[in-house]
Amino acid sequence: MDNSTGKITLTYREALKQGLRKALQNDENVFLMGEDVGRYGGAFAVSKGLLQEFGADRIMDVPLSEAGFVGAGIGAAMAGMKPIIEVMTVNFSLLAMDQIVNNAATLLHMSGGQIYVPMIIRMGCGIGRQLAAQHSHSWEPFYAHIPGLIVLSAGTHEDARGMLRAALQSPDPVLLFEYTLMLNLEKEIAADLGFIDITKAKVLREGSAISIITYGTGVYKSLEAAAELALVGIEAEVIDLRVLRPLDERTFLESVAKTHRVLIVEDAWRSVSISSEISARIMEKAFYDLDAPVQRLCGVEVPIPYPAHLEEASIPQKNDIVNAVKKMIRHD
Amino acid sequence: MVQSTTEPQPMDAKRGLLFLYQMLLIRRFEEKAAEQYTKAKIRGFLHLYIGEEAVAVGVIQALREDDNLLCTYREHGHALARGIDPDIIMAEMYGKMQGCCRGRGGSMHLFDVANRFYGGNAIVSGHLPLAVGMALAAKKQKKTNLTCCFFGEGAAAEGTFHESLNLAALWEVPVLFVCENNLYAMGTAIKYSHAITELEKKGAAYGIEAVAVDGMDLMAVIAAANIAAAKVRSSGKPYLLVCNTYRFRAHSMFDAELYRDKKEVEEWKKRDPIPQFEQFLLQKQWITDAEITAFESKIEKKIAIAVDFAEAGTWEPLDQLTKFVYSETGN
Repeated sequence: MDNSTGKITLTYREALKQGLRKALQNDENVFLMGEDVGRYGGAFAVSKGLLQEFGADRIMDVPLSEAGFVGAGIGAAMAGMKPIIEVMTVNFSLLAMDQIVNNAATLLHMSGGQIYVPMIIRMGCGIGRQLAAQHSHSWEPFYAHIPGLIVLSAGTHEDARGMLRAALQSPDPVLLFEYTLMLNLEKEIAADLGFIDITKAKVLREGSAISIITYGTGVYKSLEAAAELALVGIEAEVIDLRVLRPLDERTFLESVAKTHRVLIVEDAWRSVSISSEISARIMEKAFYDLDAPVQRLCGVEVPIPYPAHLEEASIPQKNDIVNAVKKMIRHD
Repeated sequence: MVQSTTEPQPMDAKRGLLFLYQMLLIRRFEEKAAEQYTKAKIRGFLHLYIGEEAVAVGVIQALREDDNLLCTYREHGHALARGIDPDIIMAEMYGKMQGCCRGRGGSMHLFDVANRFYGGNAIVSGHLPLAVGMALAAKKQKKTNLTCCFFGEGAAAEGTFHESLNLAALWEVPVLFVCENNLYAMGTAIKYSHAITELEKKGAAYGIEAVAVDGMDLMAVIAAANIAAAKVRSSGKPYLLVCNTYRFRAHSMFDAELYRDKKEVEEWKKRDPIPQFEQFLLQKQWITDAEITAFESKIEKKIAIAVDFAEAGTWEPLDQLTKFVYSETGN
């Protein structure tokens, strides 16, 4: 850490923890509930020490009852609290899907604007830790399909630290995807993040040759790929979508108007995915800006296998991005 | 207006007449709703509560204005017993803008936050976790209100029932769970749904005090509900009240009732809670036959007004279709 430059170096885990801690400090109505968030310190050690700091009323260990405690979080939000619900991994969120879809996402509209659900669900997710098919899901497209939810993806350390606090200002239910593969990854970020906007995508690297649109673990991979491409004279623009619902179209449509080429990168399965949606919107709204068809790098449509070489081959890697861009630009 | 007061009051003529009025209002309101359904004024699903009125009236009288109430998709009776205006309930069933949810919810989704009436929940047992969470919030906020949650015996076979009872007991939060056991989960009799059909026994697994009561007997429901509510308030812990009851009408308007014997229905009708309670009031000389007749005509007028209100209601403009999907667009 170096205060003199206004920058700090921290892991993704530490960034998440700082965001969580600030949220708890700022508002008495905020509490964290989830499996093993307290005494265990969080399955990924994100909430380690928070029980000692904030007490058992605000850091609540819950039984293995995803539908029960997610629903209870929704109920607590309906009654004036601001719960942060940790679903240990996105894989288990399917057990709570009825609560998320039929209650959290639905109540405000169905009640004619009477019932607000200001709740956040944090979920560890991502592929790449050899956890095999049942623990390697990319459910961002599932949840981004549902009107009434705000779906955020923390693909950077800035967002790992800042998105949670911003989300607490939302009167609507927010799902926050956190990427466990990055937990130990260190990055340098601004010590004071200031206001974090959770309505916009972000151009993380400017470029003129192509727009790489991505989110989640695709963000750093795409930035690395862009750096490598720059060495051979290809300037790629990298956009982190950040907000998967409601989508910020303007940011990526403006980029398309500039670069005229698009590669979309995501871990989720290709069919009916975030990239399907982005691609469709570009076709609908920016077709005449394109010099070439939109291309996609997505997860291979397979239950994610355990062995490292197969797992790695299941999702887009940096080299895949580099090669795909070269092919699009140079036709090689 | 919520009809209940802070503490349960002893039965007297005034309260007796109020409860009879509420049960009759529910019965006649739903008969009218069924009629309007056959005229296609009301669409979608319509689940009638006829036969079960003593449960909603008997339990809800034990609640305070600041208590939360969550119900199932068979909730017209509860909404009326809670004091929600029949006009806005009927308008909601018509799908009109003047309904309690702007017509968006319909029969199965009545919400009225002013009366702390949180549905109208149509995924069986999906609202039980919400009830636990609302009670948890009250505990955290150091409030003294309880959360009352109605559900059917079908819900007691769902995982969320068990999760919710466990959480409520574990967290020691004030939820009054009220199981309305009408013996059929749609068309599946309880003996085909539950290994243990005495549902009150399920409370013991979670250390939750539980009792079963004859849900066709208003006086019995009132007595049991008063005890239950008092225990939840004094202990801050959950309680399970099982009201054994029966629906006289089909599950919904689409149900041909192939799964039960007409004789069985007729047997249960002999235990209709409304004539039973009328007899009680007559014996006490708190009411006369002439007054009951006058009551009926008063209710008939009230329902006619509700129908007129719904008929005169307007449709939500199409440009408001997506209003309130998110709060930003709803201001």
